[in-house]
Amino acid sequence: MARVVVNLPQRARRGEIIEIRTLAGHGMETGFRRTQLGELIPRDIITRFTCSYNGIEVFRAELHPAMAANPLIAFSTVATESGTLEFRWTGDNGFSATHSASITVD
Amino acid sequence: MSVRILRLFLLLALACAARAEIPLAERRSGYEDMGRETRAMQDDDATNPATLWVLDGESLWQRKEGAAARACADCHRDARDSMKGVAARHPAFDAASGKLLNLEQRINGCRVERQQAKPFAYESRELLALTTYVARQSRGMPIAVESSERTKPFLEAGRATFRRRQGQLNLACVQCHDERAGRRLAGTVIPQGHPTGYPIYRLEWQGMGSLHRRMRNCMAGIRAEPHALGAPEFVELEMFLMWRARGMRLETPGVRP
Amino acid sequence: MTTRRQFLILAGGAAVSGAVEAQLPPNIEALRKAALAEAVRKVTGDAQVRRGKVKLDLPPLIDNGNTVPLSVDVESPMTSADHVRAIHVFTEKNPQPYVISAHLGPRAGRARISTRARIADTGAVLAIAQMSDGSFWSDSVNVVVTLSACLEDGLI
Repeated sequence: MARVVVNLPQRARRGEIIEIRTLAGHGMETGFRRTQLGELIPRDIITRFTCSYNGIEVFRAELHPAMAANPLIAFSTVATESGTLEFRWTGDNGFSATHSASITVD
Repeated sequence: MSVRILRLFLLLALACAARAEIPLAERRSGYEDMGRETRAMQDDDATNPATLWVLDGESLWQRKEGAAARACADCHRDARDSMKGVAARHPAFDAASGKLLNLEQRINGCRVERQQAKPFAYESRELLALTTYVARQSRGMPIAVESSERTKPFLEAGRATFRRRQGQLNLACVQCHDERAGRRLAGTVIPQGHPTGYPIYRLEWQGMGSLHRRMRNCMAGIRAEPHALGAPEFVELEMFLMWRARGMRLETPGVRP
Repeated sequence: MTTRRQFLILAGGAAVSGAVEAQLPPNIEALRKAALAEAVRKVTGDAQVRRGKVKLDLPPLIDNGNTVPLSVDVESPMTSADHVRAIHVFTEKNPQPYVISAHLGPRAGRARISTRARIADTGAVLAIAQMSDGSFWSDSVNVVVTLSACLEDGLI
């Protein structure tokens, strides 16, 4: 599985807005580049990123070739309850990467 | 008579000034020539793309390799302790072989001799990850390569390369990176060219790369035939550049345009 | 405005056999403007897009167009009754106009995203926020893209 880095606090107060920063290792080949011989290099990108909080999707993003390689996606969510946040990246050629993080909300 | 000697001395001093090294207080890392947002990318480990390689390197450090089925950790234990300062003093003289070795060559030497494994190819993901992980342990430390009788021939060879005109554009490193550092070339500020952050995440490459890869780009820039990755000319030049940057803090893993 | 890279690709393309379509069409600017307008229309329909409430933050002078940090911040209470449904980012000069579409909601707490885009050439970057009441707000920034020195291929 591709390397991913997810940064978020392990603890938060109920109702607090937490910042989540994610990085995914992926070349994000645009599909517009050509080899030295002029052949088109086919597109190979992450197309979708989702974050679920105890099973409910709280954030979703559609990514296009104009996203930089090794994409950073930073967003926020409200700490509603203790539990698990699931992160999922999917893309061309069956690409899939996931990450789980626990959060304690008091 | 003494006025003539004084005038001669001044002339000589002026002539030498153009070739004098940059004093420590005036040494600038390429970091300072970047935009605010690019600097922010380097400063925050959570969003620095190089972190992906640091984590890969951390895994590789623990992985049993080769016929000896030995991990780096088996001999070197916690890299945070054992590797502290190592990158800041490489390239280093290897007494056993009498050769100058840079960090990549040192790591591969361990792989071959201690792990009985095949060396990693230059610029391979594994070698970059391990080199970044090891060099990261020297982050914040002053660069301090050995300058002594035994390293003198390598330093002189590196200095000679730095001063030599090369390529179709017939330019020497010193002309841009000593004499014209801070001025602009095609919209970009010319850095002094200190290797303070290697291996770096270069935005142009959209990935990690070594100093040798970057120097190959330099040589392509002046239309010179680039040396091979790991070539002795490059290791000597690396040695000289690290000596020229002595006292500056290592920033690995750096982000550069 | 043609960048040096585009000029050389055109010049190189002309030298290679006709089977290779490396040449850019002469009306490329008009085509890309139309593609951007179409992409925006797909997102907004016929609704009016007003300037305001949205703050698109990215460097005016870009070190390298391959990786451009950007963030979009939208003024909104982010309650169930009044929140940002989505943030869309577009570019004017890229081969295709879309960058990212982020879907938020009241659980976001704050309508702010940060990411890194590829921006091919000097021009406009556009951010559009879609609100829960069906309205659209936008911000646009003009950026200058520079090429970094001493590249791999020595193309320039």
